[in-house]
Amino acid sequence: MDIAGLYETLSAIPAADLSGWQSFFLKFYRAWFMNGRWVQYFEGLLATIEVTVIALAIGVVLGVLVAMVRTAYAQRRPGTHNPILAVIDFIFKIYVTIIRGTPMMVQLLIMGFVVFSSSRNFTLVGALTLGINSGAYVSEIIRGGLMSLDPGQAEAGRSLGLNYIQTMWHIVIPQAFKTILPSLGNEFIVLLKDTSLISVIGGKEVVYFAQAIVARTYEAMFPYIITAVMYLIMVMAFSYLQSILERRLRASDRR
Amino acid sequence: MIDVKHLTKSFGDHVVLKDITDHIYPGEKVVVIGPSGSGKSTFLRCLNLLETPNGGTITFKGVDITDPKSDINKHRQKMGMVFQHFNLFPHMTIMKNLTLAPMKLLKKSKTEAEAKAMELLGRVGLADRAGSYPSQLSGGQKQRVAIVRALCMEPEVMLFDEPTSALDPEMVGEVLDVMKSLADDGMTMVVVTHEMGFAKEVGDRVLFMEDGIIMEQAAPAEFFANPKTERAQAFLAKVLS
Repeated sequence: MDIAGLYETLSAIPAADLSGWQSFFLKFYRAWFMNGRWVQYFEGLLATIEVTVIALAIGVVLGVLVAMVRTAYAQRRPGTHNPILAVIDFIFKIYVTIIRGTPMMVQLLIMGFVVFSSSRNFTLVGALTLGINSGAYVSEIIRGGLMSLDPGQAEAGRSLGLNYIQTMWHIVIPQAFKTILPSLGNEFIVLLKDTSLISVIGGKEVVYFAQAIVARTYEAMFPYIITAVMYLIMVMAFSYLQSILERRLRASDRR
Repeated sequence: MIDVKHLTKSFGDHVVLKDITDHIYPGEKVVVIGPSGSGKSTFLRCLNLLETPNGGTITFKGVDITDPKSDINKHRQKMGMVFQHFNLFPHMTIMKNLTLAPMKLLKKSKTEAEAKAMELLGRVGLADRAGSYPSQLSGGQKQRVAIVRALCMEPEVMLFDEPTSALDPEMVGEVLDVMKSLADDGMTMVVVTHEMGFAKEVGDRVLFMEDGIIMEQAAPAEFFANPKTERAQAFLAKVLS
């Protein structure tokens, strides 16, 4: 018997007469197969990935920029004074403080209902908010990586006559990248999972669709478990890719 | 070659160098000794502005390099530096360590830079390690590579910041031998060290530093035979006993 036929047969039986497995099947059928609902999960999944990619791009660009400026300012040649750099550093410091000091959810509510209250593109507003949020954390991760490297490395570069940028590019960044990669991967996973929060401002992603299905079937278990499994698979796949990259980078210098 | 006038340096409230004045002549081998905390490393690091002096001037080949308008990167190319902890770049092979700066700054071609690097590596007996990574080398080998890395930039002065202090005792000799042969070639050298034997053998002049000043300076034979200040006498009694 095919699945749809089985569903027809079982749904004709009064609920009280069904076995545990049979009622499980009915719930799952309604949550996944009925009316082609599984397509909605994948639509949601695609939207989640889209939001993650947009937020990641914003986060990385913003994070690198903020980290560069703040590190350059912290390591400026003593005695020199660059007022523009000082002002930008100060603004970035406030940015990082505010973002790290307030909950993601509150930031979403403010961005969705205050700053961009007239925008109807909730998903994009959500992605933007996530990106701005992620940028603060990424900048701190990168800054930590750059600052934690033995100062002797930069000194050796500078003593050869390389300038600040050359020293950063050839000596500091390649080494710092290796140390920050695990934290950066972790931040990416957090970001991926935080995309689920944009449903509170009406952003469309996998949780949004799952909620819609719950509203129609009056059944919460399967839609949310399916959602959880989707996140889990994405995170596991990403962790696997990350571990491959880390292994490759390690292989390049400790042979 | 390097003229230091009234150099002062402090970290916060802590005054490390109080009014240092000295002149280093071309070809001269100056050995800087003194107890730890006397400011000798800071003095050396001020010479290529790894530490920015608070006052005074450092003139290198007639140019005041403490002037913020002077291009310190250009001057550093002519001042090689060797560090206590080698500071080789761990993510690059020995060859890349040696050729990075010559290729970027002297605009040498890869073949040109590598030929020079191989020649110098051969001279310190490490030609076969060109493809290795720093982590695969012993401390003494790392320091010899670090010296070669500085030499690849064809510097006019070499600054050594306690080059043998982080080495196992049996490896000190191989590094000192390289430094001696460098001295024999006529390189101008400023060496901060605790190796009194090296100071005696190679130095043209010994600077004894204590509490941020040059307390005493003399030719090594003179200094080690009869140090004038009480501090120097006490120091030598401790290190030579």
